[in-house]
Amino acid sequence: MTANANNSHNSLLNVLKSTYRTLLFPLISIIVAMFVAVLFVVWGRGVGFFEGTSLLFKAIWNGSFGSKDSLIETFVYVTPLLFTGLANAVAFKTGLFNIGVEGQFTIGVLITAILGLISGLPAIVHIPLIIVGGILAGAIWGGIPGYLKAKVGTNEVVNTIMMNFIAMYLSNYIVMGPLNKPGVASTPEIRPSAMLWRFLGENNRLNTGLFIGLLLIALVYILFWKTTIGYEIRAVGLNPYAAEYGGISIKKNMILAMVISGGIAGLGGAIYVSGIQHNAMELTGFIGYGFDGIAVALLAKSHPVGVLFASILFGALNSSAISLQLVNIPKQIVFLIQAIIIIFVAADYIYKWIGEKRKKEAMING
Amino acid sequence: MDNASLPVVVALMAATLRQATPLILASLGGVFSERSGVVNIGLDGIMTCGAFFGVYGSYKTGSPAMGILFAIIAGMIVSSIHAFLSIHLKADQVVSGVAINLFSGALTSYLLLVLFNRQGQTDGVNALTYPKAFMRGIPVIGGFLSELNWYVFMAIILVFVTYFILYKTSLGLRIRAVGEHPKAADTLGVNVYAIRYLCVILSGALGGLAGASLSLGTTNLFREGMVSGRGFIALAAMIFGGWRPFGAMWASILFAFADAFQIVAQGFGWAIPYQFYSALPYILTMIALAGFVGKTTAPAADGVPYTKGER
Amino acid sequence: MEKVVEMRGITKVFPGVRANDDVNFELAKGEIHVLLGENGAGKTTLMNILYGLYQPDSGEIYVNGKKVDIKTPGDAIKLGIGMVHQHFMLVHNFTVAENIILGKEPKKGITVNMKQAIQDVKKLADLYGFKIDPEAIIEDITVGQQQKVEILKALYRGADILILDEPTAVLTPQEIEELGVILKNLVKEGKSIILITHKLKEVMSMSDRVTIVRRGKVIDTVRTSETSIDRLAEMMVGRKVSLKIDKAPAKPGKVVLEIKDLRAQDHRGLPVLKGVNLEVRSGEILGIAGVDGNGQSELIEVITGLRKSTGGKFILNGKDLTGKSPREIIEAGIAHIPEDRHKRGLVLKYSLAENAVLGKHYAAPFAKGIMMNYARIKEYARTLIRDFDVRTPNEEVMASALSGGNQQKMVAAREINKDPELLIAAQPTRGLDVGAIEYIHKRLVMERDRGRAVLLVSLELDEILNLSDRIAVIYDGEIVGILDAKNATENELGILMAGGSLKNKKEGGIV
Repeated sequence: MTANANNSHNSLLNVLKSTYRTLLFPLISIIVAMFVAVLFVVWGRGVGFFEGTSLLFKAIWNGSFGSKDSLIETFVYVTPLLFTGLANAVAFKTGLFNIGVEGQFTIGVLITAILGLISGLPAIVHIPLIIVGGILAGAIWGGIPGYLKAKVGTNEVVNTIMMNFIAMYLSNYIVMGPLNKPGVASTPEIRPSAMLWRFLGENNRLNTGLFIGLLLIALVYILFWKTTIGYEIRAVGLNPYAAEYGGISIKKNMILAMVISGGIAGLGGAIYVSGIQHNAMELTGFIGYGFDGIAVALLAKSHPVGVLFASILFGALNSSAISLQLVNIPKQIVFLIQAIIIIFVAADYIYKWIGEKRKKEAMING
Repeated sequence: MDNASLPVVVALMAATLRQATPLILASLGGVFSERSGVVNIGLDGIMTCGAFFGVYGSYKTGSPAMGILFAIIAGMIVSSIHAFLSIHLKADQVVSGVAINLFSGALTSYLLLVLFNRQGQTDGVNALTYPKAFMRGIPVIGGFLSELNWYVFMAIILVFVTYFILYKTSLGLRIRAVGEHPKAADTLGVNVYAIRYLCVILSGALGGLAGASLSLGTTNLFREGMVSGRGFIALAAMIFGGWRPFGAMWASILFAFADAFQIVAQGFGWAIPYQFYSALPYILTMIALAGFVGKTTAPAADGVPYTKGER
Repeated sequence: MEKVVEMRGITKVFPGVRANDDVNFELAKGEIHVLLGENGAGKTTLMNILYGLYQPDSGEIYVNGKKVDIKTPGDAIKLGIGMVHQHFMLVHNFTVAENIILGKEPKKGITVNMKQAIQDVKKLADLYGFKIDPEAIIEDITVGQQQKVEILKALYRGADILILDEPTAVLTPQEIEELGVILKNLVKEGKSIILITHKLKEVMSMSDRVTIVRRGKVIDTVRTSETSIDRLAEMMVGRKVSLKIDKAPAKPGKVVLEIKDLRAQDHRGLPVLKGVNLEVRSGEILGIAGVDGNGQSELIEVITGLRKSTGGKFILNGKDLTGKSPREIIEAGIAHIPEDRHKRGLVLKYSLAENAVLGKHYAAPFAKGIMMNYARIKEYARTLIRDFDVRTPNEEVMASALSGGNQQKMVAAREINKDPELLIAAQPTRGLDVGAIEYIHKRLVMERDRGRAVLLVSLELDEILNLSDRIAVIYDGEIVGILDAKNATENELGILMAGGSLKNKKEGGIV
């Protein structure tokens, strides 16, 4: 620190450096996952490496961004992922692992499918109603494990897993029981007044929920880095002892983070029903957006802007399923890619480990 | 239940044990892994792999015994990914487990297409033959025994074996020490990494066997999504059972009983929706964890990566 | 002289610090050899290398004259080396016997022979005169007994060379005396012992030779009989110990903090504060002296709201703060430089700016409603950095990037700038270099002179004696004496800290 004039220059350089460091690992993960996927294609289709590569990438590109329709469909998938990704990111920032985003999303779906059936409401009342309903339902579903963690000390991972299943069975009970539409395994379609606007026409499923998601990214960004709530939940996540010392209540913030996380997930479920699905169906397995949201948040390193890019990647992979099948590549390959990405993101430590080793060697030699 | 002459209670007991078997096996896997300090929520995925490769092994070789072996080996391979990530690379064990689950689901449904050229489910394959008629000939309990399968016996024997290993052998003493206080074990020359690898891979073997008991043991085929969260129920059973082999067994039996009972209950015309029974294991586990039913404590170092030579 | 251990040219580097730098050390057969040095000097690192927990980056080790390569504790055990760690390595829900046999279990077939194990442990304990029940669970026995279990663990493995890391830190005076006897017995049986400590008195009473370590380097090895406490202290600290501070006589004013019969329990539910009574006045520094683990940490935790009290109360300027939350207590005017800046004092992954407002982050001018004003926060951080001479490129650097001394300056700056009624400084100079120590000391005295009440807790007697105006001695959860710092001697304090009483001394008895 020789001169002050250098400081701004240095800090810009530091920002670039840290951005590069932050991005490097997710990028490597994606590349490796794609590479492994190509190997699977090569093996499955019995083609050469280059042909396999071009087949896979062409199909993914065509299926996700290649045409107007596929682009639209990609963003249909992106929309719920924005919410579930952000929901996971909020929990991660507090040092919590909210595997229950899936269940909170499901509860959001369920409550919206119920509230959406109310007749006689104008859209201007009905849509805010389902949004608030979804947020509240998800917040409660996330708040319970948050409360148990804070007050009783039970592990939130286990409890959120349990609550995923409870949500699924509760939903199935309502869908197949009291609100069953006779003859089908779903609830009746919600009223038009509860549906979000499909701004590209009724046949395109893309809807204003996307913009709510984008707005939420900005809101979460502000929440993390501009508000006292963000300051406190990040402090609890990074060093709960120091947070407590600084007069920050660990328990309150754990519950709060789970409530916010669950609320975002529940909102995602509400948007999913009112924008895309228009009803709740019987679930034989999880809907999956909550689990994909874990992957999205991990890949994004819990950064809200990163969530946008990771959601687009995962959305693109999901929407390319059909075009993959057209060239005889099983659509399961995209799930394989997603899983491998997470495995490598989980292995983040390799990078840190190499980094530390290098630092140490430098010290010995210096 | 093809034997209509059996009393309802006996049929119910047998059905409970049959349904408990995959849970018992997988929860024993959980006991090994978590007692050594590695959280393994990848059990669900490991079971899926076991279920698939069990069927594939039997399909390829014609021998269900080979199928079981395939399932066990597949479970061990998948779990060694988890072991490597969480022990060597100190990855977040929950993240790694999530990855294992997603990976197993994707892999098996991909392989289903490539290896069987089928979508959704495989064809039926050879399963272990069970001497039903012979069993029925046994006095008093014959009717009950005839409704079981070999996997039930394997599971119960393995509960005893697990108990014996954990509480009577030096290996067990070391496993428990590593899960409670790895550094203490390390300073006494116990190889923490080796113990954890062993336990995670053992949990993979048990998870794989649990999967086989599901596919080969019940339907003779593999269907996508057939594990349907049983790995998580097994995890719940392990917790509910206080991280102990017999506890895990009883919890598995309790959960399976709830499931088996619903069929009987429907017969009675009781109006409790079946979803309630399905959700019961999870609700009970949450209640148990919250301390309303006795006290459950996880091993102290469960989920905490161990770093040698850390300052 | 027969050398049982020789370490030559040992160097060990951790990220950012050279813990051992070309260290030479030797242990003779049948001696008690002290490794003396301040916290962070590198004593424990050196011994962890000898025990195979760390690998040296360079250097050689000889045991009984043979060059050895110790890769794991298992290797060390095979060479007859045993170590008792400062933080006991005991599995809390195992029995004494299970802990001792772990890794070297007597077997019967493929099972552990527990009967045999219990017998072996009993025999061993009897041999060295330990009173201990092999079947007791660790969490039920006292710390002193746990230490015996640790020693037995080493002996059970046939250790001839015993390393004890800060063995007296957690012991009562009686237990320390008992330990001294045990060590003498062990030497009589032909064992050689390495004792890691930073406590000079124990060096003098327990050891045959001393090796002094400072900042990762060996300063000297001397015979205990040929040296003195003053000489050792000088070598340990690196200069004449005269951190004497020029300070004007205190002008104590009204009582700021009043502690009445305060009680609390530790994490095991055992009483650690057994009725503390204390007053701190404005314009004075009250020092609390005591052996580590006598309740000083818990006392601070209670009056900062970090630990619940179980009885009594404490009052700040007439306002009862008992049972209030940390935030309410901060707002009432108590600032606190915590004893562990990494654990409590800083969020290491936060920028200095974010750390600068920890505890005040929610209030004006740093926040309005839930929105934080980062421009103001950065400006404020820059002021702190300037005023307290924190060496950093800028205020956006993460706290983890700073040296220990600068981190502590940042914490002190934040707390002092809260302009508190009462400033608590808990081991404020632990692990700092001399320059930083002097600076922190100067600031504490400045605060006193500005009329603040300062409560200082330190394990270093020198620090207490130099800074305090009055000295309260804490022993076993109670204040056992309050002395005027002008007249107090190290000797008197030592007696009180060990649980003795000054009256007796005047009558000619005691210690």
